[in-house]
Amino acid sequence: MPDILFRDAIKLGLQEALDNDPSVFIMGEDIGAYGGAYAVTDGLLDQYGPERIKDTPISEATFIGAGIGAAIAGLRPVIELMSISFSLVGFDQIVNMAANIRYMSGGQVNVPMVLRAPTGAGVQLAATHSQSFETWLCEVPGLKCVCPSTPYDALGLIRSAIKDDNPVFVAEPAMLYSKKGEIPNEYYEVPIGKANVIKSGSDVSLFSYGHGIKIISETANYLEKNGINAELVDLRSLNPIDTITISNSVRKTNRVVLVDTARKTGGVMSEVASLITENSVDWLDGPIVTVGSDNVPWPYNHDLEKKAFVDVQSVVKAFEKGYGV
Amino acid sequence: MITEVTMPSMGADMTEGTIVNWLKSEGDVLEKGDKIAEIETDKTVVEMETYAGGVLKKIIVNSGEKVDVGTLIAFIGNPDDELPEIEERKSEAAEVLEEKVENTPISTPPLSSLESLNSKQNNDSETQFDQSDNKPQHEGQSRTRVKASPMARKLARENNIDIALVSGTGPAGRVTKNDVLSYVPSSSINSLMIDSNRNIDAKNIPVTTMRQAIARVTIRSKTEIPHYYVTHEIDMTDAMLFRNQLNDVIKDQGDRISVNDLIIKSLVNALVKYPKWNSFFSDEQLLGHTDINIGIAIALEGGLIVPAILGCQNLSLIEISRSSKDIGSRARGQGGTLTQDELTQGTFGTSNLGMFGTDTFAAIIVPPQAGILAVGSIKKKPVVKNDQIVIRDIMNATISADHRVGDGAEAAILMQEIQTNIENPINLFR
Repeated sequence: MPDILFRDAIKLGLQEALDNDPSVFIMGEDIGAYGGAYAVTDGLLDQYGPERIKDTPISEATFIGAGIGAAIAGLRPVIELMSISFSLVGFDQIVNMAANIRYMSGGQVNVPMVLRAPTGAGVQLAATHSQSFETWLCEVPGLKCVCPSTPYDALGLIRSAIKDDNPVFVAEPAMLYSKKGEIPNEYYEVPIGKANVIKSGSDVSLFSYGHGIKIISETANYLEKNGINAELVDLRSLNPIDTITISNSVRKTNRVVLVDTARKTGGVMSEVASLITENSVDWLDGPIVTVGSDNVPWPYNHDLEKKAFVDVQSVVKAFEKGYGV
Repeated sequence: MITEVTMPSMGADMTEGTIVNWLKSEGDVLEKGDKIAEIETDKTVVEMETYAGGVLKKIIVNSGEKVDVGTLIAFIGNPDDELPEIEERKSEAAEVLEEKVENTPISTPPLSSLESLNSKQNNDSETQFDQSDNKPQHEGQSRTRVKASPMARKLARENNIDIALVSGTGPAGRVTKNDVLSYVPSSSINSLMIDSNRNIDAKNIPVTTMRQAIARVTIRSKTEIPHYYVTHEIDMTDAMLFRNQLNDVIKDQGDRISVNDLIIKSLVNALVKYPKWNSFFSDEQLLGHTDINIGIAIALEGGLIVPAILGCQNLSLIEISRSSKDIGSRARGQGGTLTQDELTQGTFGTSNLGMFGTDTFAAIIVPPQAGILAVGSIKKKPVVKNDQIVIRDIMNATISADHRVGDGAEAAILMQEIQTNIENPINLFR
């Protein structure tokens, strides 16, 4: 079980696909000669050549559109966006086109395209480069959306995403690229639509995804010292959402804390809260506690950014307030 | 002009009232301020005055009836005013009956019932809502909403527990899952508590010599010595800190200061300053002592003894601690026996029930001594310090004093000195 960086786990998944499937190619800004803004595609240009590792002009609408065309024509493009914040420029292509073409064509045409983008704040990139638009994208029918929290899940999900005949958006938490984790030597995939119970517990269910997993893990450690045994659930897949795993956990612990590293308002956890109320209200022993980052434009200043970012203390405090423990 | 008289509110929390008695009859002429009826609230009976003059045209709510505040109870007006038409008041039972009728589909409803349906529409929908919401309510229970989690409600439903009877421990008193799970109905508590086969061990116990001595001494004390008691609340926080620090330093030499040692030392210091309390009363004079011998009440299996540490005025805190430990062991028959002097030469007593969780108690003076200091346990309590509520270690100390030796103010001054010593533990090095 070697230790591997999050960014290298994704790269490994890309290399496998490039090796095994001649229809796979990679496209994006600065992914070739420069090696990618977060060095995910570093060295791939030398390894696979410019036919399969394509640097693009700075125009998301253009190269996402080109990717859709290539996918319709039978290739399996993997498009890298330099930041999920820039997905806005290509939103029409992603939402109206990629996600809808299969439906609009009556199932005649598939768009087997993967979109990858770093997401989230915490790395001092200021208001216009720190968004978490997986919270918008996971609402779109026809577009799958995943967000790994470990190198293991990153590799497992990128494998599933490239194999999938639907467009899949892989949101990669920017704060995690340089984190290490174990992956097995044997081949595995992480299925899209399946949440992961990281730790089984009995007293409260802590839900999050992406970088939020670090926060709920630390929260669980804190609660453990106070005799509270928390269950940790990583959603991993934001569309589709694994309602079964969510319900099972809620019905076991009866207490729920949802943690978004994105802004709290309109976050993924708002949807999870709604699902829990619909499915498991009679198992709730108190309010569904939702915690997220502040509803402000992301500050550039390190201290201010940290202050706006959800942290362990605010999660613990919200839990204590909600459940009086 | 017709004036409606309604059930008045005689206080913010009054929701309904009973007409005990109408003081006026229909047709009586009223002036503003006349007392027209006696109204009974939860608290009292009040005479109700009229704000309007005229003739009491009609009494709508009769004596003995209880109605909500604001309910129309009578009309006042001019003799030739016509009364507005009012709906016949019905008893609650009649209303429920009527609802049932109204809710049953009727193909051709009588006109009167239709009218009353229309006029009462708002009222009805409310009643219906109430009924569905409050189905599980017990008779006679107030209709306030019980705060309970959905999980708790589900569990209560499944186990046939009335959620209103479960006390909630969650935020704002919310009933939680655990509250329902740990709920024990009062009927089962009763069955738990009844044990019809309980035997009381009622044998006669022979009185030992020690018990005879205790009886003799305490009777003598309580008959001869006019006891009075002064209690102070002592802040032990600093003393506890001092003790911990000191114990850290001296533990290597095998010493360990107890709370009781701190109390004895502060008492000794106070007696050095106010030696009158170290004397014995006799008819001619107060017999003074050059030694301060502090008696320590020790509970043994067979009874109580109060041996004294002799010459305390010359002992440091650590020496007092060692002596105290030594006397304690010897009292229990370990490492020797107590000397005659130790058993008889005490000049002032101490007693400590802190280890049993006792807060405050008063001890009986060991004659011919002038007093005994009784201390309870140290507990963390919220106290006001510099206008802030803070948590401090608090101990109550009560002195029992011989009024023949000194008066209340003097004992209070002694207590004050003890308190100052122990609250500023640096004094205990003196």
